[in-house]
Amino acid sequence: MDSFYIIATGSLVAISCGLLGCFLILRKMAMVGDAISHAVLPGIVIAFLISGSRDSFTMLIGAGIIGVLTTFLIEFFHKKGNLQSDASIGVTFTWLFALGVILISVFAGEVDLDQDCVLYGEIAYVPLDLWIGTNGVIYGPRPLYVTGGVLLIVLLFITLGYKELHVTTFDPAFASAIGISTALWHYLLMSAVSLTTVASFESVGAILVVALLIAPPATAYLLTDNFKRMLGITVILGVLVSFTGYYLAVWLDGSIAGAMSTMAGVFFTLAFIFSPVDGLLAKQIARRKEKSVKSLV
Amino acid sequence: MDDLIAFFSFQDPNVRYVAAGSVLLAVSSALVGCFTFLKKKALVGDAVAHSVLPGICLSFLLTGTKNPFYLIIGAFVTGWLALVLIDYITRSSKIKEDTSIGLILSVFFGIGILLLTMIQHSGNAAQTGLDSFLFGKAAALVGQDLIVFSAISILLVIVVFLFYKELALISFDENFAKSIGYPVKRLELVLTTLTVLAVVTGIQAVGVVLMAAMLITPAAAARFWTDRLGVMLLIAAVFGAISGISGAFISYTAPAMPTGPWIVLVVSMLALISFFVAPGKGIFYKIYRQYQIRKRILSENILKLFYQLSEEDGDHQKSRNIEELRTKRPIELKALKKGLRRLLLQGYLRINDNKWSLTTEGKIKGQRIVKLHRLWEVYLTQYLRIAPDHVHEDADNIEHILTPELESRLEALLQYPASDPHSSAIPYDQNMTKN
Repeated sequence: MDSFYIIATGSLVAISCGLLGCFLILRKMAMVGDAISHAVLPGIVIAFLISGSRDSFTMLIGAGIIGVLTTFLIEFFHKKGNLQSDASIGVTFTWLFALGVILISVFAGEVDLDQDCVLYGEIAYVPLDLWIGTNGVIYGPRPLYVTGGVLLIVLLFITLGYKELHVTTFDPAFASAIGISTALWHYLLMSAVSLTTVASFESVGAILVVALLIAPPATAYLLTDNFKRMLGITVILGVLVSFTGYYLAVWLDGSIAGAMSTMAGVFFTLAFIFSPVDGLLAKQIARRKEKSVKSLV
Repeated sequence: MDDLIAFFSFQDPNVRYVAAGSVLLAVSSALVGCFTFLKKKALVGDAVAHSVLPGICLSFLLTGTKNPFYLIIGAFVTGWLALVLIDYITRSSKIKEDTSIGLILSVFFGIGILLLTMIQHSGNAAQTGLDSFLFGKAAALVGQDLIVFSAISILLVIVVFLFYKELALISFDENFAKSIGYPVKRLELVLTTLTVLAVVTGIQAVGVVLMAAMLITPAAAARFWTDRLGVMLLIAAVFGAISGISGAFISYTAPAMPTGPWIVLVVSMLALISFFVAPGKGIFYKIYRQYQIRKRILSENILKLFYQLSEEDGDHQKSRNIEELRTKRPIELKALKKGLRRLLLQGYLRINDNKWSLTTEGKIKGQRIVKLHRLWEVYLTQYLRIAPDHVHEDADNIEHILTPELESRLEALLQYPASDPHSSAIPYDQNMTKN
């Protein structure tokens, strides 16, 4: 049952991250996802200090605000300061992360957080973190409900805003021509990314969040040219990554989050070589065919 | 205060080690970071920082020791491999560079975490401290480590100076470098190697995530102060040194404070200050300049308004009240009043009984703006074939920017047209003749 809980939590996080990641990588904002996942650290610590508990709603809000603030700062330095966008991302998130680490050291006694846990998380503790009702009834692991709730929000967001997200991703000029605010949808998407990151943080850690935001969508992108199909493949890959990652971790007796990231890399490598659409082999064959056709002519 | 003296007298050998180590690491990564920044590959440093972890673990698994020399070799190999893979994925598929950076970063780090936890679970007693590579322990740098890291840092600085010209060229204009026969591929390799070396050594001080800041932040800050590469390197190095020594000092006075994050926080503060106050490129300076421009545009628009009104009734001396001005062009009341008062002080307007009129200087200036506006409209309709009813807005913007040189070239090009596309006369200066 424990393995089921862990794989289920991993899959829920993977699906939320992957769906949002599809939009991120097509908007060339993959590294903004990475930045948010690190920059929310001070938000988590501050919310922790204010609310005094882990499972509080304040934590989601606090860190969500910092997440959006991060993207705002990145845009601000890029647009107003003429700082190139990659440097703007790099300066902003490292600064916030440093602040977060310092806050943790200052309030070490009061905050039940440590850096290791924040960076690579401990999904193995999911089955231990039970949600116990007031009358002593055990409803199952709490992270399962949190990540499930987040997935629901993400699904709702993508379904309701599909048209707007789609058009602002693929044709921002057309979007503003027909009166869809690219800025509004940019910040809505960033809020969704922040929310997902924060909710996934304690269960899977920052690095697995980044891996799940980028690797499955990138893999799916190599397998299809159709956006809806890309979303579908990403969901399947997310579940596969959680499943295989968990058993790899059990087999090697190592970190589950690390193993899941590793498997995400393995799937990407497979797609990179064998994809019928865009794989190395397919391209090689196409080139050879072209050559033989030319030699016939 | 005692702490300050105790620290900066460098009597304590431990203080000497930590201070020297932090400064050397910060300076060498700041120098290398300038080149990656200019090549617009700032985030590559972040990727390398994450990718050295599996190398460190593999090297420990293979050799069974924590000898910094072996660990560095391992780190170097995977860090380097990561850069090559990022480049390869970007070149040979439709995956964009930022996606491949994020992908390699997270997957390599994931593999590293997996290996690290495997080592920890294996119960090998020698492994303790391996994870200091993750978070950095500048305050614990001692003896052997420090000699290795200092040697690498000094080597980095020397290589940057030796290859200064070549690195500068490939950072600014790769194609030009290629065309004049520079071995660009090999120079790229040098830069890649320098980046990986800087990251591998710096990680000891500040840890994985913050290593990216050591490369990017000093360079980004320095860029705001100068357009010259040499000066930029110097400023970045100074910022690096300041933050290195402050970080070391803070963790000396408050031992519970982590050195690395403080180094990054100090250098980030220097960068934030630079972003705002640097002359020329700083955000404050830009806001000030925009304010100046807006002020000038308002003044010019008011003078133009007076001139147009006096054209209508042929009297350039006529006094007008604010309401009359606003019926012709609805300028916001507060801004209009402010603008009028400014023009009065500058001598372009007169005030009499709450009514305003143009002085001779004011008339000349207003006339010039009207002339530029109409000339530009003629230019757009004649040369760009834009319909006459579409040219007004564009001319409204350009009239404030045209220089006297452009003005005379326009006049010559259009051969002093008598009227604009809306058949309003173009007012030329009376004293000027067609020549």
